[in-house]
Amino acid sequence: MQEVTENKEFTPNIVAFCCNWCSYAGADLAGSSRMTYPANVKIIRVPCSCRVNPTFILKAYQQGADGVIICGCHPGDCHYVTGNYYTRRRIALLFSMLNYMGIEKERTRLEWVSAAEGQKFSAVMNDFVKTITELGENKRLTDLRVKEGE
Amino acid sequence: MKEVETKMLERAKELLESGEVARVVGWKKGEFCYDPSPATFESVEELKDFTYDWFCGANLSKYLIQISKKEGKTAVFLKPCDTYSFNQLVKEHRIKRENIHVIAVECRGKFDIEKIKAKGISFVTGAQLDGTQVKVSTLYGEETLEKSDVVLTKCATCNKDYQVQDEAIILHERTKKDVDRFAEVAKLEAMTEEERFAFWREQLSKCIRCNACRNVCPACSCVKCVFDNPASEISAKVNSDKFEEQLFHIIRAFHVAGRCTDCGECSRVCPQHIPLHLLNRKFIKDIDNFYGEYQAGETAEGKTPLTSYTEGDTEPNDVFKGEAK
Repeated sequence: MQEVTENKEFTPNIVAFCCNWCSYAGADLAGSSRMTYPANVKIIRVPCSCRVNPTFILKAYQQGADGVIICGCHPGDCHYVTGNYYTRRRIALLFSMLNYMGIEKERTRLEWVSAAEGQKFSAVMNDFVKTITELGENKRLTDLRVKEGE
Repeated sequence: MKEVETKMLERAKELLESGEVARVVGWKKGEFCYDPSPATFESVEELKDFTYDWFCGANLSKYLIQISKKEGKTAVFLKPCDTYSFNQLVKEHRIKRENIHVIAVECRGKFDIEKIKAKGISFVTGAQLDGTQVKVSTLYGEETLEKSDVVLTKCATCNKDYQVQDEAIILHERTKKDVDRFAEVAKLEAMTEEERFAFWREQLSKCIRCNACRNVCPACSCVKCVFDNPASEISAKVNSDKFEEQLFHIIRAFHVAGRCTDCGECSRVCPQHIPLHLLNRKFIKDIDNFYGEYQAGETAEGKTPLTSYTEGDTEPNDVFKGEAK
């Protein structure tokens, strides 16, 4: 039993909020171009990165996510013209607040990925998973109810 | 303060008698000298309980959301910090401005009974300002305290000025304080990540989820609140897990970011004495840093920082790098 726990590698739970028009298509392109990104990235499709309510991010953490990444169109390229400009302001404030509350700043990230950037999508996800794996399990934010055997 | 109260009472009587206003919103005497509560007075007879003293810290702006919808005009007494909240609510079309008659009243800072009690003084029967000192009378005699030790946290750093008024009852001038309201926020920012986490864990684990901070906040004026939604799983008033209070308080502060006038009511009403204003001030400080100085409630026009943008805004990933402008 001891051996099993020791050999068990930590695979982080990553939640990625991807905007329907750019990043989600970018993920699609990454797939169809045979580029890889880790399977533990769970993508949640949202109409626009602006749809991501700060509660979503905190709720993801509470329910056991180890990292949350938000992907949207590049500023100026939003399908809804200005959506991601608002995202940028909101998320900047939220990140700063999470850091102020003493939550590891590496756990949350925002990246602009366009529909043509399959390569970037794959690279960003690989890098993010690597960062979170190094950072370890999300202990500060999880809801005790969703943990097994504790 | 007695002269101010007399003047206010006279004016309230005048307004009610002449029929100029249908009601007056002010403060009513409580059971003790230190617990006056906000009240509506609809007749001259009701005014016998009217009071205005050093313990009238409550912000009356939020009550006007409901009251301004009633028939007839309403007169309201507003302190400097309340006028910001009032403006902000007018801007959000929550208050019908034309139905309100604003009377700006003098405020030189209000006292915090908890701080007086913390000094070991109980059975307080009154308090008066005497220069920079406060004379607290109790059943057992008089005690003298420094004013800076007993004013409400929100008053200690307040340099606000009246933003809106139809008339004013001001007998004493306010003195400008030479303090930085972000000093405490900066102190927290300078701590390490672990220290900050420990600090907020300790503070927020005291939270009993009474929702007083939400209910008193003039900016928190949604008819249907996200925390009242059972599906949000954060409406339960129990500490079911260690992150729930943090989630609640981050979201509470976030929902008023850019609209918070820093009136400090959240910290004043917290029965657990959690320094909630430090969360709101952090947002204000960040908004000032990233998007230029902004004071909510200064005007009743214009856009708030979170409902506007510029093309060259700070990137969220840069906020930690010290690259933010």
